[in-house]
Amino acid sequence: MAELEIRNLTVEFATSRGPFRAVDRLDLTLDTGEILCVVGESGSGKSVSMLALMGLIGYPGRVTADVMRFGDIDLLGISARARRRLIGKDMAMVFQEPMSSLNPCFPIGWQIAEALTTHGVVPKARVRERVIELLHQVGIPAPATRLNAFPHQLSGGMNQRVMIAMAIACGPRLLIADEPTTALDVTIQKQILDLLVRLQRERGMGLILITHDMGVVAETAERVQVMYAGQSVEERSTEALFAAPLHPYTAALLDALPVRAIGKRRLPTIPGVVPGIDDRPRGCLFNPRCRFRVDTCVVDPPALGGTPGAYARCHFPLDEGGHPTNGYPGCAAAAQ
Amino acid sequence: MTPPLMEARDVRRHYRIGGGLFAKKGLVKALDGVSFTLDAGRTLGVVGESGCGKSTLARVATLIETPTEGEMWIDGEPTLGSGTAAGRHRHRLSVQMVFQNPYGSLNPRKTVGSILEEPLAINRRGDAAFRRETARAMMAKVGLRQDHYARYPHMFSGGQRQRIAIARALMLQPRVVVADEPVSALDVSIQAQVLNLMMDLQEEFRLAYLFISHDLSVVRHIADEVMVMYLGRPVEHGPKPSMFAAPRHPYTQILLAATPSVDPAHRHRSVPVTGELPSPLDPPSGCAFHKRCPYATELCAAERPELRPFGGHEVACHHAETIG
Amino acid sequence: MAAIEALPATVRPPPSRMAAFWRSFAENRGAIVGLAVMILLIAIAIGADIVAPHSPIEQFRSSFLTPPAWIQGGSFDFPLGTDDLGRDILSRLIYGARLSLIIGAMVVTLSLAVGTLLGLSAAFAGGLIDIALMRLMDVLLVFPSLVLAVVIVAILGHPSLLNAMFAVSIVTLPHYTRLVRAAALSELARDYVTAARCAGAGTLRLMLSTVLPNCVAPLIVQATLGFSSAILDEAALSFLGLGAQPPTPEWGTMLAGALQYYQRAWWLLTFPGLAILVTVLAFNLFGDGLRDALDPKLRR
Repeated sequence: MAELEIRNLTVEFATSRGPFRAVDRLDLTLDTGEILCVVGESGSGKSVSMLALMGLIGYPGRVTADVMRFGDIDLLGISARARRRLIGKDMAMVFQEPMSSLNPCFPIGWQIAEALTTHGVVPKARVRERVIELLHQVGIPAPATRLNAFPHQLSGGMNQRVMIAMAIACGPRLLIADEPTTALDVTIQKQILDLLVRLQRERGMGLILITHDMGVVAETAERVQVMYAGQSVEERSTEALFAAPLHPYTAALLDALPVRAIGKRRLPTIPGVVPGIDDRPRGCLFNPRCRFRVDTCVVDPPALGGTPGAYARCHFPLDEGGHPTNGYPGCAAAAQ
Repeated sequence: MTPPLMEARDVRRHYRIGGGLFAKKGLVKALDGVSFTLDAGRTLGVVGESGCGKSTLARVATLIETPTEGEMWIDGEPTLGSGTAAGRHRHRLSVQMVFQNPYGSLNPRKTVGSILEEPLAINRRGDAAFRRETARAMMAKVGLRQDHYARYPHMFSGGQRQRIAIARALMLQPRVVVADEPVSALDVSIQAQVLNLMMDLQEEFRLAYLFISHDLSVVRHIADEVMVMYLGRPVEHGPKPSMFAAPRHPYTQILLAATPSVDPAHRHRSVPVTGELPSPLDPPSGCAFHKRCPYATELCAAERPELRPFGGHEVACHHAETIG
Repeated sequence: MAAIEALPATVRPPPSRMAAFWRSFAENRGAIVGLAVMILLIAIAIGADIVAPHSPIEQFRSSFLTPPAWIQGGSFDFPLGTDDLGRDILSRLIYGARLSLIIGAMVVTLSLAVGTLLGLSAAFAGGLIDIALMRLMDVLLVFPSLVLAVVIVAILGHPSLLNAMFAVSIVTLPHYTRLVRAAALSELARDYVTAARCAGAGTLRLMLSTVLPNCVAPLIVQATLGFSSAILDEAALSFLGLGAQPPTPEWGTMLAGALQYYQRAWWLLTFPGLAILVTVLAFNLFGDGLRDALDPKLRR
């Protein structure tokens, strides 16, 4: 049985222009000790879905799902108190901006200790010792001297390590990292990612890594889920995804990467923009921008096709060579 | 022999901070001796991490800030070193900038048309009709529709705003465009559109680009030459193909190795990197990189290496011969 | 090059700023009530000659201290009663509204204009000029506003409505200056100002054309709230005898003359007091609604 199971998660926000679906019928599973990357561009709903999982979506958002199970706890029916016992202890999250995610008024040692004492995992006498141990585990040099440092006195990379220490303090079974390295320099990014993977391996945690950087995905993940406009459009193992993507969006996204266009002068682009609240297509959400669209795509929303762990939300997934399987050249309604 | 379109020699920008009755005065050497040349139709990519001085370089190259020391020439005529206001004015008109943040670089209270016409109005070029026509023509060039003319910036996406920003930079017909992380805040698919646009415009108008970025893959695509900076100084400078194929400086190697890549074929040999970027207020002695460098020796801590030619690049490392 | 990011024709353009603003403003019932009362007051003030039953300074010798119409002894000739000199209270209130609104407008305009100029100069000049201006504003803020106003009227010479207006303008000046300076400083750090500099914009153009329009939102709110506090301060000064002089029908002056009659003729105190209360409340509700509607952080 998977550690984490989400079925049909939908998050809607009531706005002055009507309801906006930030996450649309998302399915996600994670086994113990697995690394899953959720990748998407802005507006894809990747962050919102994980915030919904943690119960951090407030008014005017509405979260509905068929199944939202963590271990043997049903997250949908859970009371607020039970949820507070769970969050931060068994399920933890690391956020994007380390400088603004830590409380600027309190020293970092105090903040990590707060995580420990709230969940009571360690007797009071041993808290200080445990904090030093955690700081050491996340690679902060001379941890005993840093206990009274304030976040603004540390660099972005250090702050992110502190955030990670807070997250793993109570030994969570699941760690969600929401773009943990986007705001950091590339050399620090590598250190933080290596740290996350090492901790994950040492503790057997599940790790969900949210990112928009395909390079990070390629070097870190075992399994990848691609999101577009709130929907999950493809889920594969990392190697399979990069070798032969099934969904045209994934293929187009990979083609648009500068690193894949070495030697070419122009970068292949994806025309158009992500649908907003006003222009959500009737059929497949990607169809206005898809090179290979046909009439079916415009009219019918596609279901998930394929096997669990290797599916794509497309009527006509691409074949091994990256070619469309709908007899595209010569089809009507093929424009652009 | 024609002089290069733009040349900068030994440009420095120091900031005095602190001071007052009780606090110690500090000196931040944000830029400490940068030299480069730019030619029409070619791009110099500047890469580095926080604190390397690339943003300061952008501000100094466009003369938004006056450098503490150094000289600059446009078309062989001195602009900074001449010391005349006319020279500086000519420099400012010839070198324009595209900013990083598409959400902050456009005046929220002005329409697109007004934003584009403003540089012409400030410099009193032509009458109102001329300005309007020029603005509309430029909008078409960057791929905006004509009915966007009367819209406000908040109605556009990030990619469209960058197009407006690029159009604005080109209104004064500059020779050089300094792009300070122009695509860093954009999604990959939009990034590709904007990069293509910039390359097309470069070809059409024979512009020289000073392209600043922390993203090596973007720089690899668009640049002809690459300069790597660390703590205000260039550490390596050379033509793009060999900079990526055979970097000579340990920091360049580390940067390349640390950049995550989708294709295993393009991943560079992993080089161990430790430590944090030093504070510019308290730079290490000798070579600024020696505390994090796996090849550091006593010489590195004692003496600061200068840029010297090696293997087709300019490298600032004592041990360039033995590394790699 | 094709406009590849063009939106399809079926997409509605986003609502204009005015429409979006009005929608958030209208959610606040108090603000709508405030706005309605304000409009009513302005209408009354403009049409005072038509609306008021009598002249505000005409004394009716036969009707001193007549109670309001619904009390025994009152009459509908003088709906809200008369004062100790036989003047109709309702008419005086109506003409007083005109006076109060004019006072509020002039005080706010003066403070706003000078405060904006000073605030912008401080933000742009920086250094010693900034420090000097801000310390000057701090000095003005140190004194309780009414005490300072009294002192300024005394310095200006004789008590009069005009002098009282100057005094109140000076007293409220620091608020506008600090507001504009803070807003300008935060806008100065934004890239679009740097871009304008890059294009060669001079300081004056930067101040007035680039930065000032972006500082307007907090200014509007402060101006609206300042309106009501100007009316209040002016009434206080008049109450102390330092503002409008009798027989001018100013609400504060009316209060001053009514103190001694508080037991015998409560209507002399109550109605001017109510008028001040309602006016100030209306402007404050409107100003609060405006601030909530214009504050981007509160917007969904």
